[in-house]
Amino acid sequence: MAHVKNHDYHILPPSIYPFLGAIAGFAMLTGAVLWMHGSGPWLFLIGFVAVLYVMFGWWSDVVAESNAGDHTPVVRLGLKYGFIMFVMSEVMFFVAWFWAFFKHAIYPMNTYEASTYVPPEFYQVDAFHLPLINTLVLLLSGCAVTWAHHALVHNESRKDVELGLIIGVVLGIVFTGLQAYEYWYLLDHQDWSFGGDKFFSTFFMATGFHGVHVIIGTIFLFVCYLRVRAGHFTAEKHVGFEAAAWYWHFVDVVWLFLFAAVYIWGIG
Amino acid sequence: MADAAISGHDHERPGFFTRWFMSTNHKDIGVLYLFTAGFVGLISVAFTVYMRLELMEPGVQYMCTEGARILSAAAEGECTPDGHLWNVLITGHGVLMMFFVVIPALFGGFGNYFMPLMIGAPDMAFPRLNNLSYWLYVAGTALAFCAVFVDGGAGPGWTFYPPLSWQDAPTSRAVDFAIFAIHVSGASSILGAINFITTFLNMRAPGMTLHKVPLFAWSIFVTAWLLLLSLPVLAGAITMLLTDRNFGTTFFDVAGGGDPVLFQHIFWFFGHPEVYIVVLPAFGVISHVVATFSKKPIFGYLPMVYALVAIGGLGFVVWAHHMYTVGMTLTQQAYFMVATMVIAVPTGIKIFSWIATMWQGSISFKTPMLFAIGFIFLFTFGGVTGIVLSQAGVDRAYHDTYYVVAHFHYVMSLGAVFGIFAAIYYWIGKMSGRQYPELMGKIHFWMFFIGANLTFFPQHFLGRQGMPRRYIDYPDAFALWNYVSSIGAFISFASFIFFIGIVFYTLRAGKKVEDKAYWGEHADTLEWTLPNPPPEHTFEELPTREMWDKQPHH
Repeated sequence: MAHVKNHDYHILPPSIYPFLGAIAGFAMLTGAVLWMHGSGPWLFLIGFVAVLYVMFGWWSDVVAESNAGDHTPVVRLGLKYGFIMFVMSEVMFFVAWFWAFFKHAIYPMNTYEASTYVPPEFYQVDAFHLPLINTLVLLLSGCAVTWAHHALVHNESRKDVELGLIIGVVLGIVFTGLQAYEYWYLLDHQDWSFGGDKFFSTFFMATGFHGVHVIIGTIFLFVCYLRVRAGHFTAEKHVGFEAAAWYWHFVDVVWLFLFAAVYIWGIG
Repeated sequence: MADAAISGHDHERPGFFTRWFMSTNHKDIGVLYLFTAGFVGLISVAFTVYMRLELMEPGVQYMCTEGARILSAAAEGECTPDGHLWNVLITGHGVLMMFFVVIPALFGGFGNYFMPLMIGAPDMAFPRLNNLSYWLYVAGTALAFCAVFVDGGAGPGWTFYPPLSWQDAPTSRAVDFAIFAIHVSGASSILGAINFITTFLNMRAPGMTLHKVPLFAWSIFVTAWLLLLSLPVLAGAITMLLTDRNFGTTFFDVAGGGDPVLFQHIFWFFGHPEVYIVVLPAFGVISHVVATFSKKPIFGYLPMVYALVAIGGLGFVVWAHHMYTVGMTLTQQAYFMVATMVIAVPTGIKIFSWIATMWQGSISFKTPMLFAIGFIFLFTFGGVTGIVLSQAGVDRAYHDTYYVVAHFHYVMSLGAVFGIFAAIYYWIGKMSGRQYPELMGKIHFWMFFIGANLTFFPQHFLGRQGMPRRYIDYPDAFALWNYVSSIGAFISFASFIFFIGIVFYTLRAGKKVEDKAYWGEHADTLEWTLPNPPPEHTFEELPTREMWDKQPHH
């Protein structure tokens, strides 16, 4: 036969999702521009839901292909390479925010000659209070996920895997909750504001983007939990789980840098 | 499901929509990239022709607030200059060329089509993701056109320096569209980069170790790393710009303790790697073309590889040479100056290796070779003016003059774009199964060579006379060379139209090429073992070592 595949790579059938995804993204961002200029959020929301739909459908296909046995060892290796590089690009994204933070912290404009800007006096967060608890929560969550990973790799009971993941997810949600509480407290009780000063800008944007990544990572871990329950992973074959764990550790490390740089050094 | 996935497809030819909108085939996606980049390129070039028309004579005759004119110049006193229109066109030209023409053509188009073939891979590592890269590129292009046409258009220049880029925030959505256009094109390129790197690392033919990979594949690999590591930083910078514009943050707003120069730093941390992203794939193409038509293996394969890697690495540590005049300390300027000059070393290795490849070769001057020699000559010229500009002291005089414009058009318009044309003439027979008419190709080359040089060479003189960039009008003292430059632009544009004609003639009526390796035995990479055009699925049987390991030693 002319078209028998004689290699272990994954040749895919055509898919509508990339095309739909691009249209959805275009609608979402056009909607975002309109929304920012006062035209109502509808196009943005439609686009956003469409993006979520494409993600769901696409990754469902990936899971189905994995279960059908298309993910040979070489394909799994490729998926891991790909995910590692995705995390590297995420690291570089945070480089930009840390760059802005350190620039404004080390060389603030108000110390330049002829600058008339007077930075606002604001409430100093105690880094070793809520932020430290949050650090521990996130690290503990990472430990739980690592426990689940070990349980999976060493073929221990599936109960341990599930328990480790669910602890990880719950602690992730606790972190997000505490972070939201802190934002509310600072904005509502301590006269912090979202913009208006370069410190507030970097603080909220950097910790905010980290928070978004925590939420994404939590969802990712929860999907892994569902897939563990569905019996998708084996000791040898669990790329999705590993990707989620890597992502979660990446989120951890970014937080450690934020904690050290912004909370301990920057505010204290 | 499983069966369909394993055999990859059913055996009937896919329908039009399935083939071009739902593609998971690297060759089809490469073709889509090339045609889209050509179309966007035509529009972007049209912008510049209009700008050159305006600059042809002192005074403003065409871009009038009374209405933009095209065919007839306004009489004196009838035209109030529309500076904003000028700014919008110059921004559109920059954004489109940098993000939506050159990278998609070289990296997306030829990278997609030929990198997997050269390493003997059946497709890309993530074929569906590949298609997402393409369609996000289209979505980004659509957003970029919104940025040109909505609310009078975005006019801060492609670098989006604040405060120019946020002062119109309350009244105009154009810059927000441009920011999102760059976000989307960035996402497209990052996903593409992940795909290329994984393909390169994971899917090389059995026995093809890293030191045996063809140079074009290497150039795509290095380019992919630059994209992967620099674009997210840009995404951060323009997100700050977006929140400064719309949500009251003050990253770059002095009134809130922010610093506009910070934007320039973060922007150029991306922007300088971007310059190499644009030109490195062209380096790869030129290496193959020069070797093929000199009928010799490439000289110094390994130094060529490591020169690519070195250029890529150095590209990340020289960014502030774009901003010598912002008030950096002398120590900083000295560092960036020295680091920048170091790049001349690996670049020199490449240039001299190409020359050494031609040395004592039996050169046939086919169109791709003409473009390759043109590339080497003109890129070297642009590189030399780059050395001039790298000096902080000299840059005091040249900063933001036409000398800079001439410099970067020599390396891009005459460098990268010559690389694109060389690649098209080199591979069009492989991709379409039909060969271009040689005489027409040569006419195109000479028209473009003369036109582009006539456009940009006089701009060195204008820069040395002190004419600043990005102005709609100029004093009479600059009239002569502006006139010459405009004539050159018209010739270049005519050559581009002529080129489009050649492409469509070739695709419809070009002579069929049956010979798989129609450029002879020195075109010895794996794509030359395939029929013209290659079948829908290639290397379903992975290539054996004898098929690609032609060179006696590296």
